[in-house]
Amino acid sequence: MSALPWLHPDRVALLEKALHERILILDGGMGTMLQGHSLDEAAFRGERFVDGHDGNHTHTHDHPGSCDLKGNNDLLTLTKPDIIRGVHEAYLEAGADLVETNTFNSTRISQADYHLDHLAYELNREGARLARAACDTYTAKNPAKPRFVIGVLGPTSRTASLSPDVNDPGFRNVTFQELCDNYSESAGGLIDGGADMIMVETIFDTLNAKAALFALSELFRTRGARLPVMISGTITDRSGRTLSGQTAEAFYYSIKHIRPLSVGLNCALGAADLRPHVQTLSNIAECFVSTHPNAGLPNAFGEYDETPAQMAAVVGGFARDGLLNMVGGCCGTTPAHIKAIAEAVRDCAPRALPSETAQAA
Amino acid sequence: MSRYTRLSGLEPLVITPDLLFVNVGERTNVTGSAQFKKLIKEDRYEEAVDVARQQVASGAQIIDVNMDEGLIDSEAAMTRFLNLIAAEPDIARVPVMVDSSKWTVIEAGLRCLQGKGVVNSISMKEGEDVFLEHARKVQQYGAAVVVMAFDEQGQADTCERKVEICSRAYKVLTEELDFPPEDIIFDPNIFAIATGIEEHNNYAVDFIEATRELKKRFPLSHISGGVSNVSFSFRGNNTVREAIHSVFLYHAIKAGMDMGIVNAGALTIYDDVPEELRERVEDVVLNRRSDATERLLEIADNFKAKKGEAVVENLAWRDKPVQERLAHALVHGIDQFVDGDTEEARQLSSRPLDVIEGPLMAGMNIVGDLFGAGKMFLPQVVKSARVMKKAVAYLLPYIEAEKLRTGDAGKNNGTIVMATVKGDVHDIGKNIVGVVLRCNNFEVIDLGVMVPAQKILDTAREHNADLIGLSGLITPSLEEMSQVAREMQRQEFHIPLLIGGATTSRAHTALKIEPHYKSPTVWVKDASRAVGVAQSLVSKELVDNFMEKIRAEYADIRERHKNRGAAKTLVPLEHARAQRFNGDWANYMPPAPNKPGITVFDNYDLAELRQYIDWTPFFQAWELAGHYPAILKDDVVGKQATELFADAQAMLDKIIHERWLTARAVIGFWPARGVGDDIELLLPSGEKAGVTLHHLRQQAEKPVERPDFCLSDFIAPKDANKQDWLGGFAVTAGIGIEEHVARFEAGHDDYSAILLKALADRLAEAFAERMHERVRREFWGYQPEESLDNEALIDEKYAGVRPAPGYPACPDHTEKATLFELLDATHNAGIQLTDGFAMYPTAAVSGWYFSHPNSQYFVVGRVTREQVDDYAKRKGWTRQEAERWLAPNLDYDPE
Repeated sequence: MSALPWLHPDRVALLEKALHERILILDGGMGTMLQGHSLDEAAFRGERFVDGHDGNHTHTHDHPGSCDLKGNNDLLTLTKPDIIRGVHEAYLEAGADLVETNTFNSTRISQADYHLDHLAYELNREGARLARAACDTYTAKNPAKPRFVIGVLGPTSRTASLSPDVNDPGFRNVTFQELCDNYSESAGGLIDGGADMIMVETIFDTLNAKAALFALSELFRTRGARLPVMISGTITDRSGRTLSGQTAEAFYYSIKHIRPLSVGLNCALGAADLRPHVQTLSNIAECFVSTHPNAGLPNAFGEYDETPAQMAAVVGGFARDGLLNMVGGCCGTTPAHIKAIAEAVRDCAPRALPSETAQAA
Repeated sequence: MSRYTRLSGLEPLVITPDLLFVNVGERTNVTGSAQFKKLIKEDRYEEAVDVARQQVASGAQIIDVNMDEGLIDSEAAMTRFLNLIAAEPDIARVPVMVDSSKWTVIEAGLRCLQGKGVVNSISMKEGEDVFLEHARKVQQYGAAVVVMAFDEQGQADTCERKVEICSRAYKVLTEELDFPPEDIIFDPNIFAIATGIEEHNNYAVDFIEATRELKKRFPLSHISGGVSNVSFSFRGNNTVREAIHSVFLYHAIKAGMDMGIVNAGALTIYDDVPEELRERVEDVVLNRRSDATERLLEIADNFKAKKGEAVVENLAWRDKPVQERLAHALVHGIDQFVDGDTEEARQLSSRPLDVIEGPLMAGMNIVGDLFGAGKMFLPQVVKSARVMKKAVAYLLPYIEAEKLRTGDAGKNNGTIVMATVKGDVHDIGKNIVGVVLRCNNFEVIDLGVMVPAQKILDTAREHNADLIGLSGLITPSLEEMSQVAREMQRQEFHIPLLIGGATTSRAHTALKIEPHYKSPTVWVKDASRAVGVAQSLVSKELVDNFMEKIRAEYADIRERHKNRGAAKTLVPLEHARAQRFNGDWANYMPPAPNKPGITVFDNYDLAELRQYIDWTPFFQAWELAGHYPAILKDDVVGKQATELFADAQAMLDKIIHERWLTARAVIGFWPARGVGDDIELLLPSGEKAGVTLHHLRQQAEKPVERPDFCLSDFIAPKDANKQDWLGGFAVTAGIGIEEHVARFEAGHDDYSAILLKALADRLAEAFAERMHERVRREFWGYQPEESLDNEALIDEKYAGVRPAPGYPACPDHTEKATLFELLDATHNAGIQLTDGFAMYPTAAVSGWYFSHPNSQYFVVGRVTREQVDDYAKRKGWTRQEAERWLAPNLDYDPE
């Protein structure tokens, strides 16, 4: 696997150089930013999907005709590209080094909810292109601070190691193969759209992630070159375990065979609650460590209300204690959060890789 | 990071040298276990899963799963079985070894593993290309691999061939694939010995010597094998087989074998093999003499197990030495033999106290460790404590006599004075904490409930206590606790203060208690944390670090509280009032009750209430997390929950049939109208009888369509010109509980005492639920057709609400006094109010009834000084009085 050459060796070299120099800043939440635009059904549909289905797509045999598309944020990549690009640019302006594509739900499984499963490849390719264009613009403005596109593979709405049927714990509503096929198609789009690396993120169920990693290693093999892979799991509650029951340490051992660029945690908890688990990863990971927490825990209305200053204070502590190589935000975070975080960690040295500390010792 | 093999199930397994030997459970293998094969063939998967569970419980660190059998669809069986055990956390915590001679079955297995497992096995049987193809896939799936010493020529049987094949495999794996050496496990083939065929005699020696050489050449890799193969020729004689395994492993492990597929529950310790047998087995294993096999056969039959031996095993622990018997009784909560065992131990000791400080404490330490490690649960610990208490009670007269003689008092971990604070009567949680601390050798002086601050402090002085623990459940207790803290400071105490109870919190302790007391002040989340906290506080080595952490944490909370500012501002009272709930009074006619005035219920049928019990909070009281009934099948706490539930049902039977408790209630309905945020009652005796109920309004900033609620919104206002009504109730199921609690406590049975209190609480809540249902259907009668099952009732799917004073919708406890007066609840239902407005018996519920179809439960939350002043004026209070009673709701720090 690791014997394959990099697809973009020069960009990987820039990235690794930057990672050794400083803590890199990931961007923040997409959903929060889109809410501000108050987009209605018509806005989501745009022209191409004006009738609630894909006007460019003639195979409508099992399509109910029209389907509400409001809430399908990934579709905005096609129908409102300027807004998505605007969000990317707002984060770049705030100081993000790494921009995540708007492709969290751009898998066949997730898009099937909108009868748009055929768009999976296109959404990923276009999502990567938008982020690529935004990053290239900002890199051109200041070549000393190169910006990178993270192609995002989300968890899908299914879990491979949990049964959705309480009466039949052996039942599964998705197979490893289906997940591989989904991830392979989506990752192909991300690569073709120009992503610098791939991040498998918000991992509730490690088996889903392992399917993604299997698909990536196959895809890299067929293409004869690879991209750096980032991995970010989700500790779903204060029990300190993933939804599928793993501890952070067990999680890392389950995915380290891909030899990832980074491993980290995102979503579900605020930064303060994530700390012990980020610490665990930082203690054991041979690769870089990332985190992009939510802006606190949701309040009674499902809103996140940790302020930029509060969040920056907590993750600033992570950075001072040498736990981090990359940091950003997930649900509820905004450019203001990212800016505050970037300022809080600016003067902190990045976590050294264990191989380097071993050499130094 | 050191290059260790790092596997995982739900939890990590890092194979470090100090593990010595990793046990791989072999019983979930259809080729090795006839029983497991039968279960799979007959589709009895639930029982098959239990086999895996037993393996893990007996110490298997990995489980080997093999479905290679001609009549089984092996791929389907592998998938189904692995998916099933994935749902069992006590099994899935360990990694899985996917075992098959067919690659497709292995691949099916790998596609079910979220953790990093092990493939067993691949080999060069079909040449290097296939071998590398499979190894590359293993790497892509993220697993370690067992490489069998097998090549194109066949399976290696000599030491030389074993080493040669394994070395070649290592070379191609690491050089062609960059396969991590620590993820390679060699299986140099364990073959049967003592078969009567001379060539087989050296097989064990060949394995052991190959192991020695391989470990030397490839120190990062591992050596494994299927151990039971070696004794195959002694099928039917398990004693001899286990002796052979034990001797074989003893030598193989010394040579470097560090993993093995074994029957994890049946490993015999080398030293435990009878001398005569061991010597002859050793001759066979090490091939030391040509007649070794015959000599072992000569004596083998003498060691054959007799039939029926296993049946008496459950009492086998009675044959152990008394120390072990006491430990067993404590760990398993068996009090049947405790007096006899304690007496025996006492006779063996020079002082009676030695029994406590020796075997009993040793047993309780095991309990403490298991509890701390999450391997025992609270109900078990309380049962253990019962055994401990009985043993101590037995010894007490002897200890007293000894003390009189020598003046020696013995020592413990520390002394804690515990109390439920003044005004509060709730003590279930405090009692549990007391039990757990006693288990850990703290002396607990429990002052009970409604204890004034001075009494707590005097007792602490008198007994030279090391700690003080305060508990409380109702919100006024929070204020009382900070009062106690102030007093401790003023009276120059220096011992740590522990805070606990349902309404307490880390934030409240940090903001309102700790600042008043300079010595350590620590919030204790629940009983499971109590021991750790108490031990840290009394330990000279630990206390400084511990408190530094706590103080930093609390300071951080205070800092955050100070800066909470802009995130959630409250709106002015006027603004909130303008955004009140709209009852649509023009188009709505409030229903009149069928039975206005007061109705009293004496001696209500407990059997009827039993069906209305909401069990989920019952389990919460015992710190078992989960929803009823799913909790009974929960993977972690299911067994304990089921046991506890059975005990609860048995006690409920007695409560009902032997009439331990009496349930009483009173309800009433009065004409009412809303006046601003107040409700005025129009009592029959006069036009305006002067009873006004006071309520608080939410002041959250909300979108216009979401009202800022106040309970008075649910009653028709004066200007609507419609006759509306308000109801009230007070119910209890705790009359007569004291004598039974006292009886249990006298019998040193805290478990039953706590169980009874928890059940009385549940019955009282069930009573409130049932009474509310009858009110809706009969007494008020606005929902005569309602028909909801218990689940729907628990989910509050009915119309109308019954908020209780002191709880979120009406947080002012003092309003309970008005309610009690209206109902004459002390006389009519036998419920008393304390100074702090707690109800006694504690198993009691009271509140208001509102009938408006859109009325709902809400949380008043924080209020501004403006509203506090307004409320004080309406209640005829000073601002300070209002701030004291509304302390938990203040949005500001009062002067």
